Amino acid sequence: MAESLVYRELGGTSRRFWRLLALLAVPLALGALAYFYIEYYGHIVTGMDNQIVWGMPHVFAVFLVVAATGALNVALAASVFGNTAYRPVAPLSALVSLALLAGGLAVLMLDLGRSDRMIVALTRLNTQSIFALRVILYDGFMASVGIYLWFLLERRMNRYIRPAAILAFAWQLLLVTGTGLEFGFNIGREVYDSVLYAPMFIAFSSAYGTAVFVLILLAVCAWEERPVCAGLLRRLGNLLGIFVGASLLFAVLFLASKYELARSREVARFLLFDGGVYTALLWLGQIAIGGIVPLALLSRSQVSRTAVAAACAMVVAGGLAQMYVTLIGGQAYPQILFPGMVESSSFFDGEIHPYAPSVPEVLLGLGAVALAAAIVAVALRALALLPERLEHTAGPQA
Amino acid sequence: MKRNAIGAPARHIARAICLLALLLPAVAFAAGRVPMPVVDIAKPGKCVEDTAIMRREHSDLLKHQRDKTMHEGIRTREHSLKECVECHASANTGSVLGEKGFCQSCHDYASVRIDCFSCHASKAKLAGGAKP
Amino acid sequence: MSADANAALSRRGFLAISAATLGGVMLAPGIRLIEIAGARAPDQAVSRQVRWGLLIDTNKCAPGCDDCVKACATENGIKDTGHPRTDAQWIRKVELKDMRSGRTHSAPVMCQHCEHPPCVEVCPTGASFKRADGIVLVDRHICIGCRYCMMACPYKARSIVFEDVTEQNPDVPRGKGCAEGCTLCVHRIDRDRQPACVEACTKAGHNAMVFGDLNDPHSEIAQHVAKYASTQIRADYKLNPGVRYQGL
Repeated sequence: MAESLVYRELGGTSRRFWRLLALLAVPLALGALAYFYIEYYGHIVTGMDNQIVWGMPHVFAVFLVVAATGALNVALAASVFGNTAYRPVAPLSALVSLALLAGGLAVLMLDLGRSDRMIVALTRLNTQSIFALRVILYDGFMASVGIYLWFLLERRMNRYIRPAAILAFAWQLLLVTGTGLEFGFNIGREVYDSVLYAPMFIAFSSAYGTAVFVLILLAVCAWEERPVCAGLLRRLGNLLGIFVGASLLFAVLFLASKYELARSREVARFLLFDGGVYTALLWLGQIAIGGIVPLALLSRSQVSRTAVAAACAMVVAGGLAQMYVTLIGGQAYPQILFPGMVESSSFFDGEIHPYAPSVPEVLLGLGAVALAAAIVAVALRALALLPERLEHTAGPQA
Repeated sequence: MKRNAIGAPARHIARAICLLALLLPAVAFAAGRVPMPVVDIAKPGKCVEDTAIMRREHSDLLKHQRDKTMHEGIRTREHSLKECVECHASANTGSVLGEKGFCQSCHDYASVRIDCFSCHASKAKLAGGAKP
Repeated sequence: MSADANAALSRRGFLAISAATLGGVMLAPGIRLIEIAGARAPDQAVSRQVRWGLLIDTNKCAPGCDDCVKACATENGIKDTGHPRTDAQWIRKVELKDMRSGRTHSAPVMCQHCEHPPCVEVCPTGASFKRADGIVLVDRHICIGCRYCMMACPYKARSIVFEDVTEQNPDVPRGKGCAEGCTLCVHRIDRDRQPACVEACTKAGHNAMVFGDLNDPHSEIAQHVAKYASTQIRADYKLNPGVRYQGL
């Protein structure tokens, strides 16, 4: 490898850096306040109820976790699939993956009804539960990505990069498949109950993770005027385009299959036509802004840096919209206890359940995003994770 | 990272503050700050175990009993929390919580958080008015 | 002569013996019933030999009647806080209308105490668990309030407590942040009593609910289930709930 790359910590004046941290401290502090507020008064102060049990915090959390698994793709492309063009940015990719996961897990833990029992959550695991398995998957993912990152940075361990990357890859697949099946194996809710959630979430994670990674890469390079070479940007744009295309494909397949099968046509109609805010977010958010427009932008022959950044931002927005439809829409649609009957009860059986996000929930979610950003910022400042120059294109065999 | 060029006087002040901070716990031992535990119980007499054993081990006894009750349906009265409250509730308030409550005053003194009564009734049945 | 006397004795004796035997045979099931009904000593663990169940005849369930709902709320210390969307409801009356025929009826729905409960499968800490005798409970000591059981339950049986609770029934601890649901009045069952809903329904004379041991062929519920058709809600999920319904 013609590695004339010198890795260096992020520079710039400390004043500028402290200002960035101060900026991030605001949503972090607000998120912490929101946590204590919810923990003290109980979830009554949120918009959640016995019908919509997972609200905005989970929308952010699942997005962050799904993006975390996908953000590793660029690094894995280099280390597992031998695409050396991505090698210079592999450490950043691994870092972003870890930071996003930390943010997602943080908000998951903080939204617990009894967050004072976090230690119980970590130590007492129900062997039957796929949810408990996720705790092991999260920990294993963090460990394997951590090891992989270490091997990337430590010259003496460079020859073990490939096995470490393969392990991280396997764990990434396990984790994202598990995330998808969390919904896919839920038989009691019409919006879920489909094994397609597994490949769909793999596609989603690739798209969202790559989009977030590219946004961070562009931001970091703009911070210190380390211009990203056109070749690398083009490759990343193409990669993102493939992932967005795959996401669209699986989304269409999922919706079409729900519509086609008579037993799920009602819920397909709800998502596609009658769902109000969910229908709007699905078509406008997930499909148009999160899918078609970025694809159009990225499939042009000459893609400018602005176009790539815009496409990435749109994919992220579309991803959040998709998570809202999946999580909230999936709970809003009533559970069918008596097929063929119209149900009504004092416990809101048989009706579409309303939900309005509350301020503490949104603050908690934004705090998690800020946490991920802060981890990236501090790590880049402290460690030599990015090469000094990303200007020259590395050929495929370089 | 550049070394901070702090002058000698500043370092002396910092050292003094750290030393004072280390001495803070002494303030906690100042007499009279935390009230001694109050033993005001409705039905005094003999507890199911010795006082010394109870003081040390009541949390373990309760923890063991709760698993037996929840998972095996064993509802003997000996180490049941409900029975503890029956006897130990205050004669005045009918509760084991509150400033002079049996459980709370001792836990306040020892500075150990009680989690039980976020779910469990802190009042004895008859005093609380619940169905017998 | 002695042969005659012997024969007479043996005839009387025979009659006595057969009367005793017949009486014994007739009494034995009764003794066995009592033996099983009052079987478990307070310090004895529950066993898998028993499977508690409910049989609800919705034909006897009047629309608008909510005696079972009120009894449950009273027994378990569930108070109406004026926020129906966040208040717990361990049992509710579902009013049903057949979309094609227009027939209306109602059914009380609570935790179905499945044999293969999804809530138990997904609970990360094992707080949601199935007791040996089939009752599905939440061990609030280890519940972390993640609400995954609420997501997974197909019957919408679980709720979470949204604010601080006071004045709990000492037999039914409930607290903020933990998931909860119908316990089949386990604190009553363990003392050989009936669940509050069943008792209230019987006391009011509706007799729509029967409680008992599904594994005991001599119990009222088992005999009903063996004789008359009954179904489970969403039996297609193959969770085998312990709550069965007639007239759905």
